[in-house]
Amino acid sequence: MSLELRDIHKHYGPVRANDGISLTVAEGTLHGLLGENGAGKSTLMKVLSGFHSADSGEVVLDGKSIKLASPDDAIAAGIGMLHQDPLVFLPFNVIDNFVLGSPGGSRLDRKKAAQEFAELCDRYGFNIDPASPARLLTVGERQQLEIVRLLWLGARVLILDEPTTGISADQRSKLFVTLKALATEGMSVIFVSHKLEEVADLCERVTVMTRGKVVGEAEMPVPPEQLVKMMFGQAVEVKDRPAVDHGAAQLKLSDIRTASGMLSEEPVSLEVRAGEVVGLAGMEGSGQDAFLRICSGMRNPRSGSVQIAGTDLTGKNYRDFLAADVKYLPAGRLEEGLIEGLTITEHFVLAGEDRGFFVDWGKAKKRAEAQVDHFTIKGTEASTAESLSGGNQQRLLLAMLPPRLNVLLMEHPTRGLDIESADWVWEQLLARREVGTSIVFASADLDELLRYSDRILVFFSGRIIGELDAKATNVDEIGLLIGGRSVDSGAA
Amino acid sequence: MSGFLTALGEMFDTATIASIVAGASGLLFATMGETISEKAGVINLSVDGSMMLAALAGFVAAFHTGNVWIGFPAAAAVGVAAALVVAFGNIKLSLNQVAIGFVLFALCTALSRFLGSGYVGRQPVAVPAWDIPALSSIPFFGPVLFSHNLIVYLSMVTVLVTYWFIYRTRAGLALQGVGERPEAAHSRGIPVNKLRYLYTAIGGALIGVGGAAFTLDVKVGWSDRPTLNFGWIVLAIVIFGGWHPLRAAFGVLLFGALQAFALNLQPEFPTFSQVLPSIPFPAMILALVVVNWKTLLDWLDRYPWLRSILRSDPPTAIGTRFEVS
Ligand SMILES: Nc1ncnc2c1ncn2[C@@H]1O[C@H](COP(=O)(O)OP(=O)(O)OP(=O)(O)O)[C@@H](O)[C@H]1O
Ligand SMILES: [Mg+2]
Repeated sequence: MSLELRDIHKHYGPVRANDGISLTVAEGTLHGLLGENGAGKSTLMKVLSGFHSADSGEVVLDGKSIKLASPDDAIAAGIGMLHQDPLVFLPFNVIDNFVLGSPGGSRLDRKKAAQEFAELCDRYGFNIDPASPARLLTVGERQQLEIVRLLWLGARVLILDEPTTGISADQRSKLFVTLKALATEGMSVIFVSHKLEEVADLCERVTVMTRGKVVGEAEMPVPPEQLVKMMFGQAVEVKDRPAVDHGAAQLKLSDIRTASGMLSEEPVSLEVRAGEVVGLAGMEGSGQDAFLRICSGMRNPRSGSVQIAGTDLTGKNYRDFLAADVKYLPAGRLEEGLIEGLTITEHFVLAGEDRGFFVDWGKAKKRAEAQVDHFTIKGTEASTAESLSGGNQQRLLLAMLPPRLNVLLMEHPTRGLDIESADWVWEQLLARREVGTSIVFASADLDELLRYSDRILVFFSGRIIGELDAKATNVDEIGLLIGGRSVDSGAA
Repeated sequence: MSGFLTALGEMFDTATIASIVAGASGLLFATMGETISEKAGVINLSVDGSMMLAALAGFVAAFHTGNVWIGFPAAAAVGVAAALVVAFGNIKLSLNQVAIGFVLFALCTALSRFLGSGYVGRQPVAVPAWDIPALSSIPFFGPVLFSHNLIVYLSMVTVLVTYWFIYRTRAGLALQGVGERPEAAHSRGIPVNKLRYLYTAIGGALIGVGGAAFTLDVKVGWSDRPTLNFGWIVLAIVIFGGWHPLRAAFGVLLFGALQAFALNLQPEFPTFSQVLPSIPFPAMILALVVVNWKTLLDWLDRYPWLRSILRSDPPTAIGTRFEVS
């Protein structure tokens, strides 16, 4: 189905999220949509799927102008969207998620739905337990559930908003195979992403957006440097980072073991020195999160000890770790890091050092303005956390970090960030090494791990199965270890 | 001690159990109504007031027309009106559900006291008894379930229909979706706010019928604030019921049983029996603690049906607004 967007405008108050966008997607093509954080990609896709209604503009499908007043209209027209954060109902089981909202009489035939669900899953090689509640699925499985559902509803245009953040490499290659197969069947796919390799691998055409406008279109293949130039107006060069001398051990774990689940089998010992960066690799949920939680005092180990800057903090709680200048940035930005409904100013007040009873709002506002400026957050000090685009939420989290830290622990520090922002974020993080901060971060992005770590620990089903010198290893070696194979047996 | 045991023994009399069922109709209707409303994400906090005003409306309509069956629709209409005020205030005027519900409660209570003052002590027609032929002669079950009146039967049917509708139909699934994650429901083309109006209104109608069941059946007649505090009990039972109609119905019967027990104890332990009616509240908290016990939950993950009854998760989006932009 061929699709044309004509002069779409969508404003949120003063923010022109979409400022006159025109875009054509040919039938059976995989069309990439690139653009920096806050460019308006999600907004445009939500307009196209009827989730938001545009202020003005027209959507033309197979030569006919269609009305998109609600998602109902979009579904009827064959447009389905997979949202950046899959919109599933976590407490409901897979089949209920599958049928919820599907057309039909009031009779609910779960058996028949389960059968059709199983058939579709078979066809695309997905393996999802239909009786499991959605909250027990991984993000990748929730996506698969949504894709299958959209196909079942008869989608002929499929929109995927950053589908590759938060899923494993296996799930990603499966996804790509599926998308390519769908395109050959005539499906038009719009693929929103920040990862140029993915777009290069998958898409036949790309459109680049900046600040609510289309700034370029190209037939693939296009060299990545050119795409970057279209997005940011200039080449983003990844600077060589200056080496920093490592000081005394800031974080010292000895013989750590947990009571059950992750990290329960073998004791873990580790020393991270001041100014050192340690990357944690592994499939999601292989023990990295348990490890970070122990380092941050959010969880106590069953045995072993934790020392921060020479002080024993074993058995102490998160507050004590905070007082020892340990900070943990979890992956779930809106769930764990930011508070929905509160403005940027209010976030700074909550995170600030001021412990007085009264808040000096004038001062707080000034400080927030300064930080918004310094961290180039797209928004104002009065924007609420949930109104920021994903990338800008991450900037806000970084802006809220206290100036002095002994240990900084992070999960996916640049997930969802555009290349320029990711680079900028790392520049800020690495600068902290100069004052002796140790950084430990988990990431699914192997390039990121290789580029910024001094050492890489690879996790596999709750154990550390490899410790690598980042300078002496490569993507292939880490990839094998992540899959649970040691290098020798992998080669054999 | 022996008095206590006698009172306990009397609880298992067929007659006592039948009277508990007969007396539960008002609370059953209102509890189902509130459950439906909250499942869709709207807390109707006005129950204690709107149920009373509806009880008055039902009483007055039946009293003046001499027809008890006119009383129930009249009461339902008042319940719907109150519910729509909550929904409209929240959806259209962005008011907080709890705030508007509470104000409405106070208003309705005062209104029913004022408007009903002339009716105190008057007797209207009551719902006539009607034994279901054949079924009522079954031993034990006959007197307990099938020897009441239409309103009592209807309250039982309402419980079953509510359960069936919420968990067994497509529309019921959409209803749950709206209260669980409105953005996700919206993305599936479900008209979130329309459904919230609809189910708050249906819930309000049931709350109204529940009020009339008190004045036209359970405790026929009008006195000063005859349903006082029963609305708050409804709200508590909905939580105790974990937003599940069957468990909530069980909560209503448990509450009725504790009341009957208190009545039985009255002659022997006059002071203790005053405390008894409040036992449902600590009992409720205890039940919530048990049901959220992690080991139990892990075990329950293997039995989804049992879990859905025992686990008490409030609908995630309860009390919040949803706006399409
Ligand atoms: N509901 C909303 N209310 C107010 N502003 C919003 C809302 N949604 C988005 N915006 C603003 O619109 C702009 C575009 O946001 P959008 O989410 O479309 O960006 P994006 O290109 O998807 O970015 P990212 O790559 O970070 O996901 C941003 O400045 C954002 O702050
Ligand atoms: Mg986005």
